[in-house]
Amino acid sequence: MPAAAPAKPRRPDEPAGPLLRVDSLHVRFGSQEVLRDISIDLEPGRTLVILGESGCGKTVLLKSMIGLIRPTRGDVQFEGRSLAGLNDRSLAHLRTRYGFVFQGAALFDSLTILDNIAFPLREHTRIPDAEVRTIVESLLDEVGLPRSVLPKKPVQLSGGMRKRAGLARALALDPQLVLYDEPTTGLDPIMSDVINELIIRVRGRPYVTSVVVTHDMHTARKVADRVIMLYPVFRLRPDEPQVVFDGTVEELDRSRDPRIRQFVEGRAGARLMELREEQARDHEIQAESTATADADADTLEGEADA
Amino acid sequence: MAARSSASPPAGVTGWFANQVANLGQFAMDWVTGVGDVAVFAIQTIGWIFARRQRRDVLLPNFYQIGVMSLPVVALTGLFIGMVLAVQSYAQFKALGLQTRLGSVINLSLVRELGPVLAATMLAGRVGSAMAAELGTMRVTEQIDALESMGANPIYYLVVPRFLGCLILIPSLTVMADFMGVLGGYFYSHVLLGIDYHHYWANSREYVDVFDFLLGIFKTLFFGAAIALVSCHHGFHCEPGAEGVGRAATNAFVHSFVLILILDLFLGIWLNNVHDFFRPEGPRKLL
Repeated sequence: MPAAAPAKPRRPDEPAGPLLRVDSLHVRFGSQEVLRDISIDLEPGRTLVILGESGCGKTVLLKSMIGLIRPTRGDVQFEGRSLAGLNDRSLAHLRTRYGFVFQGAALFDSLTILDNIAFPLREHTRIPDAEVRTIVESLLDEVGLPRSVLPKKPVQLSGGMRKRAGLARALALDPQLVLYDEPTTGLDPIMSDVINELIIRVRGRPYVTSVVVTHDMHTARKVADRVIMLYPVFRLRPDEPQVVFDGTVEELDRSRDPRIRQFVEGRAGARLMELREEQARDHEIQAESTATADADADTLEGEADA
Repeated sequence: MAARSSASPPAGVTGWFANQVANLGQFAMDWVTGVGDVAVFAIQTIGWIFARRQRRDVLLPNFYQIGVMSLPVVALTGLFIGMVLAVQSYAQFKALGLQTRLGSVINLSLVRELGPVLAATMLAGRVGSAMAAELGTMRVTEQIDALESMGANPIYYLVVPRFLGCLILIPSLTVMADFMGVLGGYFYSHVLLGIDYHHYWANSREYVDVFDFLLGIFKTLFFGAAIALVSCHHGFHCEPGAEGVGRAATNAFVHSFVLILILDLFLGIWLNNVHDFFRPEGPRKLL
């Protein structure tokens, strides 16, 4: 584990060892292999950024960390407890120690912003309504939203405001582990930077560990203590590991691996050629299937005549 | 091309036949898997009804949408079906000189069959599709994942209130459909066809009893449960994108409607046996 930031003190009740351990994780949807043999130890108080191109399995890995996607093989352990071994009730209880910021915020359309942010508090605590409102207001202050948004529905808010409301909801139960799924995607550069600052601010909370999934190098450079880069399984040889990089941002910038350089510098490179080849192949298949259909029709006609 | 041909199924009629058998097999497997999925979904839903106290603030908005908002359309449908029954039956009854018996046929058809089935159909169309579309959108926009990530159970929050709403309120909607249908039939028969109201009601009272009415209401409990489960299941398993949400809404209505008709047939057979058990003398003859 690279030492980019000083290790934070552990919670008094926190056991020794990694907060989260991903152990030889494999995820497959039907015939499509998405994650291959991923192993990560996440130390408490750190911010891990998972980088990778679209479709490489970053979000699947993030959702596996909270048990929203069940692995085909391998295990995820939170403070040494395997998520696979928990029943529904225990898993639900464990999830109160997580905060998840979704790509599109995933606020409930039918509820106001107040009810959205208060949802985890009302679900898992018996705090009186007046106090819930006070907590919600302090969370709004923390993410820089005005109190006038409280009675509004999510559709009445801009993308950046929705993201911040989603972050406020994720922080409502004072989580130990905050997971961010593409926090800056779809936002303008200014709002992206605001979100990055908020991630840093959340990191400043005591005992908070963060995992940020992104393909935004600016975010990675700004918030990461440690960076992991995933590569799409379908581009790997059978013996190649899917994690092509694990280190600090500085080490990432110094890396000479062409796959990493291509991503960091944002070059299409050989992908343009692949795109053209794919298009040519599609045309060929289309022409072939038309020819086959014609031949089948001729055969059927011939048999009918006979 | 040669390599491709060797891997392909046999061409011509044999190949076509092989493809049809394969498609049929796939369809059967999908169907069995789908029925199993809905059964597990139903068991989980029923389990959550008893596992935890229901929240008033979650139940009431669903009840309002399902019950109150469906009332006008169900009432209107019932009214017109009552009148249509009068229109269609009058000529035959007049030919036999039995116009005054029209009320018994209209009202019996309404309370036993048309009221319950039409109320259920309207509920499937208005509420079932909306539930599938709403839950489908929630699935696509990760709102259902968000619920789970906060340690809340999506079946408890999203399915149970809709299930209870359909189950509890469909009898009331059926009563409204029956009432408006009876009213519509009477209006057309008495006001427009000039049938004597005394004989119209006297015959109705003679041939339609409480059992017929309760039988219709009893059936709707199954219809309501089927609509909620099928629609919510389609919403939960919605495919990504606008097309997926649209397909979930359409399938929710089509599958609910087919299930209503199938349930109606089997419940009708079973309830006739129940009727025969309690009334061995058999049904009263209308003509």
